Amino acid sequence: MAKVIVYPPTSTILSDLVARMGHKALVVPEAVRKLVTESKIDSPPLNMTPEEPKKGLRYAAVDVPSGVRGRMSLIGPIIEEAEAAIIVEDPGWLTGCAGCSRTNELVRLLIRTKGIPILDLAYPSDDAEAKVFVHKIRSFLEGLN
Amino acid sequence: MLVTKYVITSSESNILPSDIAMKIYGSKYDVTVKETCMGVTINGEEEVIDELVKEIRALDPAGIFIKDRGFPPGDPRRCRGRRGGGARPGFYMIESESKILPMISRALASEGEIPALAEKKKPLSPSRLQEIIKEDLS
Repeated sequence: MAKVIVYPPTSTILSDLVARMGHKALVVPEAVRKLVTESKIDSPPLNMTPEEPKKGLRYAAVDVPSGVRGRMSLIGPIIEEAEAAIIVEDPGWLTGCAGCSRTNELVRLLIRTKGIPILDLAYPSDDAEAKVFVHKIRSFLEGLN
Repeated sequence: MLVTKYVITSSESNILPSDIAMKIYGSKYDVTVKETCMGVTINGEEEVIDELVKEIRALDPAGIFIKDRGFPPGDPRRCRGRRGGGARPGFYMIESESKILPMISRALASEGEIPALAEKKKPLSPSRLQEIIKEDLS
């Protein structure tokens, strides 16, 4: 079982396909869960402590907008853990923690420079493309075993 | 550790969110379930949720999609009832991907040949555009 980071890191389709093919999808909600459900919350309502921006500083300099560093404090450790990646071309409707274009550029760059197997795709727009989309993901994930 | 998962049904699936909720109510599992417009949110111990997810997926293997969620169901930090209405953050991503789910479901269910896709039209390169301009003006 490989740890596969998916981009967008909040994608339902990608995380589901990775999980149903027997691998572990590395996604942002898992990182968020650790921050919001720990029994000891130092900084309610969300457990954003001074440690979080420090984590973000490992990936982006201090003069980079705080939103980028905040997002990287969640996504950066996931990238470090990844053994493979599936990147879907920006569909134009990324929102929430995947809604910052500069962060997304940095995330894609860090994944690409990590030297792990990467599958590049675009979201399908018809049935034929969807078949190819699923087939490519299935073949890629089977190749990781 | 307590985990939360979204169970999202494709709009073409014969399984309704209420069917999934009833299946969970009738199961032996000690989990919290909340029905939503696009499926259900389930919360419980990780091992229990993993087992339950397998059973839920068996209801419609190609039409049910499952993803992780950070916040527990009904969490006041995210629940729109406590925030004065409006979609909660993160809903827009699910809404956008939900439109593609029927195509993915059909692709997962089909076992036929993989179609060859026609090459997509590429935008005109600047050098070719310059050539065209020169040809027209000369």
